[in-house]
Amino acid sequence: MLTLTSPVEIWAHRVPAGLKLALMAAATTGLFALATPLPLALALLATTALYATGGATFAWAGLHLLRPLWPFIVVVAAWHLWTGDLTGGAVVLLRMVCAVALANFVTMTTQLSKMLAVVQWLARPLRAIGLSPRSLALAVALTIRFIPVMLERTAQIRESWSARSPRRPRWRVLVPATLAALDDADRAAEALRARGGAA
Amino acid sequence: MERSLTHIALFAALIAVLGLVPKIDLAAGVPITAQSLGIMLCGTVLGARRGALAVLLFLALVALGLPLLSGGRGGLGVFASPSVGYLVGFPVAAFVTGWLMERTTLSVGLAAGLSAVIGGIGVLYVFGIIGMSVMLSKTLPEAAFLGMAFLPGDLLKAVIAGLVTQSLARMRPASLLSRA
Repeated sequence: MLTLTSPVEIWAHRVPAGLKLALMAAATTGLFALATPLPLALALLATTALYATGGATFAWAGLHLLRPLWPFIVVVAAWHLWTGDLTGGAVVLLRMVCAVALANFVTMTTQLSKMLAVVQWLARPLRAIGLSPRSLALAVALTIRFIPVMLERTAQIRESWSARSPRRPRWRVLVPATLAALDDADRAAEALRARGGAA
Repeated sequence: MERSLTHIALFAALIAVLGLVPKIDLAAGVPITAQSLGIMLCGTVLGARRGALAVLLFLALVALGLPLLSGGRGGLGVFASPSVGYLVGFPVAAFVTGWLMERTTLSVGLAAGLSAVIGGIGVLYVFGIIGMSVMLSKTLPEAAFLGMAFLPGDLLKAVIAGLVTQSLARMRPASLLSRA
């Protein structure tokens, strides 16, 4: 399973995950306190510099991760051109790109295992309501393991549908796919119990 | 205990798969992803508590850095983007859908479809619209206008959630934990 962690190792990979997350939260809160375009533009410049320290390949991958924002950029830009409030539009767009880029930076420089360790640490208070950090880690591992299994099976269901019918399967693949997920859940539960349980 | 855990994990995986399968072609010519259908199914099949937990687990994986949201999005960045309201609303939507499903005595398919409309669309849109309004500095009516583009597709998904849940109930009555 691919993660969004950058394969290009940079200095930030060695910074503790908890520290990066805390800094990111502080920076994002700061961004929302800024209400004029100039400081936000400087913040974006600083973010760009942060990416640049990772080298061209890293920075390019970071830019690539911002791609899903383009519909929002188009809508907001069109909106503010139409209403004539260009300053407001610049504030919204700069803040959005900067906040998302900073969060992506943390994701790109933190391995899944380290992020999971932080989540387990944060989830400790949940032990009070019966959720042990261990079963959380187990659930995460199970989900990650079963995503490729279910993807493959969905493809098989579609193929066998195509073998029987000239029409495309559409939503009907969902019933066997969901049913298979329920069956898998029962079997995985049995397997866990046979190995001493999840608690 | 184990059974709850594996159901939650497997349905978290189902939400991811529904977002990753590029085109299930739910209906002719409508380019929609099935991810929010996964949220609805969590509620209608697993019920309120387990459904919401499955969605939370899915969101945790996204936050950990797996590109599981439709279109291959993921990581912490999505929680800073204008669609954050929808993400926050996902578990609540699953919970409300499941809660309604558990409490109505309507026939399974109708109950699932209506619960999906109220929870998976009504509740989700409230969160999503508030999120866009805050992140894009728009008034609530303006943000609501932006959010309405997805309404036809989501209504269709609620109908499909009802049909899928009904088929499951017919084939494997015991599998419907929301009505157990």
